[in-house]
Order: sequence, then structure tokens, then C-alpha cells
Amino acid sequence: MTTTTPLNVEALRKDFPLLTRSVHDHPIVYLDSASSALQPQAVIDAMARYYETTHANVHRGVYATAEESTHLYEQTRVVVGRLIGAPDPAHEIVFTKNTTESINLVAHTWARTNLKAGDRILLTEMEHHANIVPWLMLAEEVGLEVRYLPVDGEGRLDLTDLATLLQGVKLVGVSAMSNVLGTINPVAEIAAAAHSAGALVLVDGAQLVPHAPVNVTALGADFIAFSGHKMMGPTGIGVLWAHASLLNAMPPFLGGGGMILDVKLDSFRAAPPPGRFEAGTPPIAEAVGLSAAVDYLSEIGMDRIRAHERELTSYALARLDEKLGSDCRIFGPPAGEDRGGVISLAYRDVHAHDLAQVLDQFGVCVRPGHHCAKPLMRKLGVSATARASLSLFSDEHDIEVLIEGLVEAGRLFG
Amino acid sequence: MGDFDDLYREIILDHYRSPRNRGELASPPAHRVEGFNPLCGDEVVISLLVEDGTLSDLKIEGSGCSISQSSASLMSSAVKGKSLEDVYQLIHTFKGMMSIHEALLGKDGEAEEPEAIDLNELGELAALQGVVKFPVRIKCATLSWNALAQGLDEVAAGVS
Repeated sequence: MTTTTPLNVEALRKDFPLLTRSVHDHPIVYLDSASSALQPQAVIDAMARYYETTHANVHRGVYATAEESTHLYEQTRVVVGRLIGAPDPAHEIVFTKNTTESINLVAHTWARTNLKAGDRILLTEMEHHANIVPWLMLAEEVGLEVRYLPVDGEGRLDLTDLATLLQGVKLVGVSAMSNVLGTINPVAEIAAAAHSAGALVLVDGAQLVPHAPVNVTALGADFIAFSGHKMMGPTGIGVLWAHASLLNAMPPFLGGGGMILDVKLDSFRAAPPPGRFEAGTPPIAEAVGLSAAVDYLSEIGMDRIRAHERELTSYALARLDEKLGSDCRIFGPPAGEDRGGVISLAYRDVHAHDLAQVLDQFGVCVRPGHHCAKPLMRKLGVSATARASLSLFSDEHDIEVLIEGLVEAGRLFG
Repeated sequence: MGDFDDLYREIILDHYRSPRNRGELASPPAHRVEGFNPLCGDEVVISLLVEDGTLSDLKIEGSGCSISQSSASLMSSAVKGKSLEDVYQLIHTFKGMMSIHEALLGKDGEAEEPEAIDLNELGELAALQGVVKFPVRIKCATLSWNALAQGLDEVAAGVS
């Protein structure tokens, strides 16, 4: 482990206007970044400035603001691509609506043209519905077999039978970090095995990209999908990265303006990537916001963010255990290298919705429910958990308020 | 904590801790119906026995939050032994209490006392009116009621 300069969390908190809000007469304690992150002022300002001074549609007009708008939009590909070490960011970053749409794009274009009846897809039991349902839909349509890498008792992927499971598999879909367990999966190891077996690898980066350094080449990813709003950008913009060679061979996704070279009454020619996959007016202001968000994260440093959240996860797990003991069941691996700042828990027999409702009275924002991972919840034997997820602005005080709220919920429902 | 205390009234907590009419009835003759909230995974399984136009017995199984489970328990106490006509009327009134508040909340964000609903008719069930100040939880409160309505409709239609 390399040492990094710790974050000045107190100073960073001032960057987030929403953190000055009170809820039920308590300062807000935002522990739901895994669901959607808060925006720093820099992102909000960038988007407002764009609308105030620049807005015009992209790839159309020749006037000054249209040129500037197009430049800002295209420049965001480079900014985002650099964050994840994309070899050719200008041509390999495709903007979508969110992670879900990015994965659906791959299912509709690459998979539909490259997979046939009897082919196999390997997913994992800890995938978000966004990386299960598109494949089940395609499986039904084409006749694919969908297999799953199991999750072990500690909340890690069990790779024991990986080689066997990979037989006949054309695509592996794996989350880089679980949105329920916080497990950071050994994607590089899985990708190496997948490539040896002749399969491509799609990485769901929604949870990892916002919280740790990610390099697509080191990961061995062929596709990676993630969302702007989970990395302190706005909602409405997501990212798909794939190698240019893959994108070049993929048919279009949605049809419309912007994705064509030529249209006749009876035919069309598709534009080259990335425009090929971006029919219609794209999320331009959202791209400007995303660019500002990536700049914000990069300036702090993804390695420092990861170090802070790892340390705070470690603190939180230890404090929960110390204060609540066996009353509090925590899902996922112990603190360490492969544990991100997502803490799903059950407290005594109190239902997650009731926990979250009581916590709300303390200003604490956590997510109750199945977290769009019902197969995993079944495996864990619970219908819902309460999930606290950390961010670069989270601190020890947030954890103490969380614990205070849990104790109160126990008192009320015990 | 006014709204909060209104949500978790003592009677609700009591029904949550000690649910009434818990269990299952042999089916047949009882009819079984399931209610499921895909948002939170809460579920109820209701066994209901209709004899001579009366809901002569019902039992409820299930898992979920305090609101969904206490609502199911309160409902079971309120409808057991009632004529189907009265049960349907109660379902209507209860759902009215939930939806009228929801509509008012939508307009100006402030809950108002319902005018068309006679809360006396609801008895203990009126304790659940605090739920409407928490729109996300309304589905928890109505879960068992929707399942009961569905079950009664199925019985009427001769579905077994």
C-alpha cells in the first residue's frame, strides 16, 4: 500500500451546498452516495455557467456558441476517458443516460450480432439488476444460457469453478464493486481467465469508478459502464467505454439524428463511433457537469479518495461491532483491500424501512430495500437491508450519528 | 418528531410486536392470496374463509416493515367475522383515507383532515392515518388491503 496525504474532509465538506441543509432539525448526514452522490458547487456552477453563457445544440450550428458547446461536449470524452485510462478517449467514450443504458446498449448491439442460440453468458450472483435483466431479456429472445459465478459466505466471488463455468461463454458480466456488499471484485483475474476462454468482459463500474483509481487496461475490461450521478456529476448522463475496434464493429443502438452519415428514403449509413450510438440531442449540459465532476475528483486524487474511504470503512465496521455487537449483522467482507465503502446491515429484527425511517429523524440518509439485487438478497436470506454508503466527505461523526439512530430504532421496535 | 410519532403510534407498534390472526388456514376450504411489494420485498399471505356472505375467518402470514405488518394485523381484527358488504366498505374507506391524503399532499404538501371519510368507522385503523404524511410508506400500509380485495374478488369469481 502506498501512503497518500489524508483528505481534509472538513474543508471538502464546504464544497457541497447540500451538506449545509438540516433535516428534522439535524444537520444532514448523507450516507447514500452509492445510490446517488452529492454535487460539489463546482459542478453546479459549471452547468449554470454553461446554460447562462454557452448553450446551443451540438454537431449542428456553425455559430460561436454552437462550436463552443460541441467542443465542451467532445472534450468531456477526453476528460472521462483519461480518468479510466482509455487508450483513445475521443473515439471510445460513448455517452448514454446511465449505467443501465450503457449495459443495454452492449446487449442490443454487440451481443445481438455476436451471440447465437446456445451461447453462454457468465454473470455473478452479486450483480445489480442492470447487469442481469438485459441479459435475461436477450437470453429469452436469442436462446442464450445465463450462468452465475457464486458468492461465498464472506460476500466474495467464489472463483473455484471459474474455468469450468467459462466453457462456451462468450461474454462475462461482472461488477467491479458490489452495490450491496462493498466487495471489490478481482476483475483482472476474472478477465484474464475469460480472455483465455475466448470471452469478452463487460465491467459494471458504477460503484468502483467514483471511488477508486480505475484503469481499463489493467482491469482487462472490454466494456465498462458507469454513471455520472454516482461520481458527483448530474443525473441523465452515463458512460460506456469499449475498445475502438469493438465499437467500430457494432451496429447502431437507437436510430435518429446524429448517428448517421447519410439517409435516403429506403436506407441509411451509420456514423462512426461514438456518434453512432448517440441518436438525438445528447445530454450536453450534463456532459459539462460530468467534466467538472471528473476534474473535481481528479484534483483531489482517486487514490486519496480510496484511502480515505477504506480507512473510514474500517472505522465504521469496527465501531458498529464495538457499539452494537451481534445485534448488528453486516454483510460483505471485512475491512481491507477488497472492501469498498458500502455497508449493508441488519439491526436486530428491525425491518430496513423502519431503520431508515428512524435514521431519517436523525438527519441520516441511508437506503433501505433490496438495492436492485434481488438474487443476492435471496442468497443472503434477507428481503431488505439498510445500506450506508460512504463518500469523500464522510467522516467519523457521520458514523456515530448512524449508530445513535440504530440504537434508537432498537429501543423503539425492540 | 410530531409526524414521526404519528407514524409509529403505540397501537401500530403493538400490532407489529404482537400480530393478531397470525398463521394459515387449511386451503381448501380457505382461499389463499399473496400480496407483494416489489419495491421493498414486503409480502403478506392471506388465507380467507368465506361462508354465507361472511368473511368468517382469516389468517395472515408474511414479512416486512412495521407499517405493512401492523396494517395487516389491524385489518385482520377489523374484518374478521364481518359481512362481505361491510368488508368491501371498510376496504373502500381505508384506501380512501390513504388516497385522499395522498392527493392533498400532492397539491400543497400539507396533509388535511379528510372530509369524506368517517374516521370513527375505521376504529383502531385510524391510527394508520399518520402514514399518509410519509407517501413512500403508503404502499406498505395498503399492501394487505389490496391483497384482501384481490382474494375476495377471486372467491367471488370462483377462482380456487
